[in-house]
Amino acid sequence: MQRNLFTYIWRYSRPEQVLILGLVVLAQVFYFLSLTVPKDIVNNGIQGNAFKNHQTIPFLVWELDLSAILPGKVLRIFDGFQVDQLGYLVTMSFVFLGAVIINSQFKKTINTQKGRMGERMLRRLRYELYDRILRFPPAHFRKVKQAELATMIKDEVEPLGGFIGDAFVQPMFLGGQALTAIIFIMLQNWLLGIIVVALLGVQMVIIPRLRRPVLILGRERQITARQLAGRIAETADGVHEIHIHGAANYERADIADRLGKIYKIRFDLYQKKFVAKFWNNILSQATPFAIYLVGGYFAITGHMNVGAVVGVLLAYKDLPGPIKELIDWDQQRQDVQIKYEQVIDQFQPEGMMPQELQALPEGPPPPLGKELALAGVTVSEDGRVKQLDGVSMVLPTDTKMAVIGGSSSGKEVLGQVLARLTLPSSGSIKLDGNDFFQLPEYVLGARTAYVGQETYLFPQSVRDNLLFGLKIRPIAPANYDEALKAEREAFWEESVRAGNPPFDPHADWIDYELAGASGPADLLPRIVEVLKQVELDEDIYGLGLRGSIDAALRPDLAERFLKARHELHGRLKDPSYAGLIETFNADAYNRNLSVAENILFGTPLGKELSGDSIAFDPYMQSVLKATGIELDLQRMGLTIAETMVELFSGLSPDNPLFEQYSFISADELPNVRLLLQRLGGKGIDAVPEADRPRLMTLPFRYIEARHRLGLVDAAMEERLLTARHAFAQGLPAPLRGAVEFYDFERYNSAATLQDNILFGRLVYGQAQGEQRIGTLISDVLNGLGLRNSVVEVGLDYNVGVGGKRLTASQRQKLGIARALIKRPQFLIVNEAVASFDGRTQDRIRDNILTAARKDGRGVVWIANRPSQAEPFEQIVVMQGGRVVAHGAPSELAAKGGLYAELMAAA
Amino acid sequence: MNLNEEVELLKGVPILSKIEPAKLKLLAFTSERVNYAEGQELCHQGDPGDAMYVILGGVADVLIDTPTGQIRVAEMKKNDFLGEIAILCDVPRTATIKAREPLNTLKISKDTFYRMVGEFPQMAIEIMRELAHRVEDTNKKLREATATKAA
Repeated sequence: MQRNLFTYIWRYSRPEQVLILGLVVLAQVFYFLSLTVPKDIVNNGIQGNAFKNHQTIPFLVWELDLSAILPGKVLRIFDGFQVDQLGYLVTMSFVFLGAVIINSQFKKTINTQKGRMGERMLRRLRYELYDRILRFPPAHFRKVKQAELATMIKDEVEPLGGFIGDAFVQPMFLGGQALTAIIFIMLQNWLLGIIVVALLGVQMVIIPRLRRPVLILGRERQITARQLAGRIAETADGVHEIHIHGAANYERADIADRLGKIYKIRFDLYQKKFVAKFWNNILSQATPFAIYLVGGYFAITGHMNVGAVVGVLLAYKDLPGPIKELIDWDQQRQDVQIKYEQVIDQFQPEGMMPQELQALPEGPPPPLGKELALAGVTVSEDGRVKQLDGVSMVLPTDTKMAVIGGSSSGKEVLGQVLARLTLPSSGSIKLDGNDFFQLPEYVLGARTAYVGQETYLFPQSVRDNLLFGLKIRPIAPANYDEALKAEREAFWEESVRAGNPPFDPHADWIDYELAGASGPADLLPRIVEVLKQVELDEDIYGLGLRGSIDAALRPDLAERFLKARHELHGRLKDPSYAGLIETFNADAYNRNLSVAENILFGTPLGKELSGDSIAFDPYMQSVLKATGIELDLQRMGLTIAETMVELFSGLSPDNPLFEQYSFISADELPNVRLLLQRLGGKGIDAVPEADRPRLMTLPFRYIEARHRLGLVDAAMEERLLTARHAFAQGLPAPLRGAVEFYDFERYNSAATLQDNILFGRLVYGQAQGEQRIGTLISDVLNGLGLRNSVVEVGLDYNVGVGGKRLTASQRQKLGIARALIKRPQFLIVNEAVASFDGRTQDRIRDNILTAARKDGRGVVWIANRPSQAEPFEQIVVMQGGRVVAHGAPSELAAKGGLYAELMAAA
Repeated sequence: MNLNEEVELLKGVPILSKIEPAKLKLLAFTSERVNYAEGQELCHQGDPGDAMYVILGGVADVLIDTPTGQIRVAEMKKNDFLGEIAILCDVPRTATIKAREPLNTLKISKDTFYRMVGEFPQMAIEIMRELAHRVEDTNKKLREATATKAA
């Protein structure tokens, strides 16, 4: 990238800059007109100088003065209209108005053009910076902080956008204005002009000098702010460490220190800025002072007419503005130049990947090649410690090879080098005779796969993460209707103008062929197959059961799950399942639901009826009042409150038992105790009105089967049922969208798949009830061929930031599945299974090997345990960054040595 | 059976008998009631232990694996307490417990138990006392046994 911001701007916006410059020049004509017209109005229109000898004068004379070529020859094209003084005054006033309007029009057009150009350039710059991140050498990411990169692209280049539009135009425009004004003043009186120019010169020299320290501070401010962003991100990343080690105050100290530094820089900045401003004001007022004094003197002595002095003053009125802005512009120029340099310096590390290697492929990716040849490959970060030391080997891409060795044997680095994640500091890798590092990334991405010990997941759905490796190029354009299509076309046109690629994220980027499918329709079986290979299918199935579908969008699926509900309830009649599920029955109280759930008898959709807010809902309160159980519930609340105070009083407030079991939080408990003490056993009637709603939330959370306080007896059940029916019957229109009632014949889009199939609640305290019902559901779904549909719903599960909503081993399995689904010709597994238990490790290895053998694909297995190497055809033994043995297991076993040692230890 | 009845039962369990009723009530409230059908296992020999149980009703067999197969060594009934060894000293389950008839238990999880003990040291002392009695009891039996053997 150009280090000079001006070169960069000029290079990418030349035609636009030229166009705007043209407009600016044209605008000057009208600007000059708006300056000279007032003089004519005062002199001729008001004072009537031109009308001293004639009643009328010609107006709008159009002459061509050819006296330069033919002496005395003036070609008169139009004689003009004859006007009198009043007519002249009126006409000239309108000319003035017209000039002003045209002037403003120009200003508007120019500003719009500038704004657009600036935004385009900003877009280009941001894109280019982002593009560079994608081409950074992998090692560079150990040095840069992600939050700092984000701040730079997002915030730090922002002011550049504003400036880019003004980069060339502003000085031209303002310079033109100033020059026009100066020329005008010069024409009136050269002495006055010279004084003005001299004073301006002084301003232009002194002010930038005063502002230099401001710029330096500005740079410091930029760097400290960027570091602050980096630190904040670190706090978020390391928040567990901070809590575990109780280091919160140390972190506070650090941030307070940084903020202090930033404060000091910013305050210094203010002080310096206002000093500069002070001098700026003084100096700019020196010029009118000179004009008043000298111009007034000339007017009094008759060297200048009053109109000219007024003209000069008018011209001058417009002069400090442009001059001040010019000085501002200059300051801004230096400021953004510094910012720009500051930013781009961070974006040109050594060893960036050439753009060509990341070009968008035209068609399907070609096969990888037959053979990788490593010659003297050495990896060393500082030149001394060699992580890999002169590794040479020939590696067919369809090899089944395991690499074993100790923890610092270099085997892990070898895996990274084979995936191009680490670049060798010397030596070469050839792929069928060509440099492996010149292989386009899309070939590598499509034909090889790498899984390391840690997997990064994007905060999207499981499906998006799983198919991420298939999105190498757009396979089929998105379907747009005519209007949208035109809109998108225009959008891409604009993208190209700003140097952005016209790629469409809405297109279908999934390379089905790579996954071994022919299209979206038969991708799911492949996904399930891969999930099985990494033993993740059960987990995704589980997520699917906890997921939901919208019956309006997938009526077919909803219908089939409804069928599963019927089927399941048929099977539940079997006596062996007796007492495991309490079915939702509109006419029976469900002891395994809370009181609130029993009255609502449905799934809440919005905030109104969810959680505790249901107790405060006015409609709910009116129903309870109408059915006369309000007081009973409050009484129940009082009993629960008493029990909780009795049970939890001695417990320390941070005991997890509170959160798990108490109806009343540790913070609230003392207040409740006080309330109870005040009551002194007087019962519900003595409870103040204000405390009652709060009391109501307690019975609402009460589940008879779980909490076993014996509060809901048969009579109470009956009354709660009455409330349930009253609630449903009188439900007002605004609340209709807030609850989806339980209905055996309807799919409930608000509830999970499992709840939909179950249509009831698991009964508390039945040993292995959950497992048995789980198996039954699974049986039913398998029988109806719905299992894959559940997995499909599970694939929609959002994995959260960094995949944190999955467990570590689920993340890792998903990472492996992501590599497997593209059926890589050459797969590198770099201790990727280390986090699983031993048997799982072996099973996943066998699944991967079996699939690879079937298709003749290659696997390099960097083993975390030497014993894993056993089923591989080739084994490489490494030690101290070197290959100490390489061969078939039987050969190595015959030789003994380190291989035998490692195997014996395993 | 509601909470208060459970507390009455817990009072009859030897190692909990000295603990004040309010604490027992908390223990009961924070524990889960679990019902087992005939033939279901409460725990399996060799598995890690994560809970202890108080039998509220029904009968269970205590089974031990031997080279010749499982043998029944004891039975447990209402008020009996089981599984405490595995959660107190982190050893695998020393026996398999299987419901002989529908069994009703209170399952006290390891976490809850430790939190309670941490919160109320008096509870720990009572349990210690009870365990010491058991050791003394075992020692006595051992002494008697050695004495009989010697004789």
